[in-house]
Amino acid sequence: MTAASLRLGISDTLYRRRGLLVLLLLVPPMLWVGAVYVGSLMALLANSLFRLDHFTGQVVREVGFGNFVALLEGANLDVMLRTVTMALLVTVACIALALPVAWTMARYASGPKKALLYLAVMLPLWSSYLVRLYAWKLLLAKEGAINWVLAQLHLGWVIEGLLALPVVGGHSLSFSPLGTFLVFVYLWLPFMILPVLAALERVPVSLVEASGDLGAHPVTTFWRVVFPLAVPGIAAGSIFTFSLTLGDYIVPGVIGDSSMFIGQVVSLQQGTAGNVPLAAALSLVPIAVIALFLWGAKRLGAFDAL
Amino acid sequence: MTHAVALESVRCEYGAVTAVDGVDLAIDSGEFFTLLGPSGSGKTTCLRLIGGFVLPSSGRVLIEGRDLTDAPPYARPVNTVFQDYALFPHMNVRDNVAYGLMVRGVERTERHRRAAQMLELVRLPGVGERRPAELSGGQRQRVALARALINEPRVLLLDEPLGALDLKLREQMQAELKALQRRLAITFLFVTHDQHEALSMSDRVGVMNRGRLEQVGTPREVYETPATRFVAEFVGAANLLEGDVARRYADGARCALLRPERIRLGAAGGARAFGDVVDSQYFGSFVRLRVQVDGANLAVDLGAGAGSPPSNGAQVHLHWDSSAIHRLEGA
Repeated sequence: MTAASLRLGISDTLYRRRGLLVLLLLVPPMLWVGAVYVGSLMALLANSLFRLDHFTGQVVREVGFGNFVALLEGANLDVMLRTVTMALLVTVACIALALPVAWTMARYASGPKKALLYLAVMLPLWSSYLVRLYAWKLLLAKEGAINWVLAQLHLGWVIEGLLALPVVGGHSLSFSPLGTFLVFVYLWLPFMILPVLAALERVPVSLVEASGDLGAHPVTTFWRVVFPLAVPGIAAGSIFTFSLTLGDYIVPGVIGDSSMFIGQVVSLQQGTAGNVPLAAALSLVPIAVIALFLWGAKRLGAFDAL
Repeated sequence: MTHAVALESVRCEYGAVTAVDGVDLAIDSGEFFTLLGPSGSGKTTCLRLIGGFVLPSSGRVLIEGRDLTDAPPYARPVNTVFQDYALFPHMNVRDNVAYGLMVRGVERTERHRRAAQMLELVRLPGVGERRPAELSGGQRQRVALARALINEPRVLLLDEPLGALDLKLREQMQAELKALQRRLAITFLFVTHDQHEALSMSDRVGVMNRGRLEQVGTPREVYETPATRFVAEFVGAANLLEGDVARRYADGARCALLRPERIRLGAAGGARAFGDVVDSQYFGSFVRLRVQVDGANLAVDLGAGAGSPPSNGAQVHLHWDSSAIHRLEGA
């Protein structure tokens, strides 16, 4: 049998047996997802049920719920509340910033102007997250560019006032929860803009015109027509911004006060403290919160327009 | 008397393109007016100027005598049936129809009652709970109509609303639209590129070409006494006689129109022209012959009752009344 006829034979077989083709296409990714991803998740779950023997420093493989009880202790509960609140606020801010950008790109920009806007949104993703993070550290520092510019404009009191606020304030922008928030919003904004843009691109202009034609003020049109149709994109983007913030352990360490986020505690527990079971229990928290978040979004009808 | 809609020397430019090039138009109250023209002739832009979706570069737009040239769409007493229907996909049919009432703050039960009435009016009761995506094209078109009518507009703008329907449905909707317009006694401004639609539905027709109104008149005027060469050729089939041919057959006119159905076959005696049949096309209700006469190729339509048509190559004698010739002096 020649190579050509062999090839023909293979393609004939695959054409006749579609199931075989689907199987061939899916086996490598399924192996990856199944063994590596689900496997490690299961390992995580199993570990979270074990406990650490504090005298020997060994993991004791006995099933129990002690770690989850420990999560509800004051310090851990604080960490979880702080992280979830930050993730929610970052998500809301990203939605508020992404909608006008995405609407402009979908509705008013075309050709080179649109390409330029795409580039502006994507460009930050071309460089390392760490480099951008430390760039922000410099920008937000007390002697940094932002303070300098505001001082030149005699607006230094705005920053002073914000930093004097309880809870969000601090020594300087780079050492305050406010700074952490600003940097999180900056880092994850593209992950919100792109899905919202994809959703808005699919809204025909005639729907907006029809709403105005029927007597709706542009504000009403936004809330009744544009926003509901953007919701699937907002939901997709929110999953990114929310879960990325929930799991991040580098940003709050570089920019912010010394209060901890879930990721940092996980990193500490499984590293320095060597308490892998507690770290595992803590890392299940973001998974549970995201599941809750998606369930809530579905309940609110976020995916109805799909 | 004030006109339902008036355009006064309206121009509309998009960059280097002039979509509407100085249009003057006055539409009477209660009239079924059609803007007819090929794509790119500016007819849809005229409609959008009245709806407020584009603003003119110069000129005025008056609705019910009020100057609304720069008013936003939501401040105009007109409603539009869009070409793609533009139904809101995230709302059910009832909420779509009631949208115009909702944004005006009409309370819920009243909204639902009126929406049900409108759906009744367009003969589509009982679909209120469904989503637009679950309806057929013809049903969506009726929903779009009900939604546009619920605000009781003074003028209804229809942008090629039947374009996406198949022929049978289109003919049925034409009759229904016409009946609805008579019943509600509101002004309809209809845009189409389909001359049959324009002729059969309208009180008056405005024929547009390259951003200009070529002629405004009753369907009969536009068809039988076209003002320009473009109108003669765009509306219906036309034999345009020019030069020597026109001088010979149309009393020395420079250019004249002779509709194919006005020509009869007959005896050699008293015939206006003779020639050879070079082609024939069967259309069911008539047969169109192409007859090569001296210097011209004429289309001749024979009604179904005229017996079997002559075969290709046969010599035929052509007769027509002198009233069948329409001189196009302006052209």
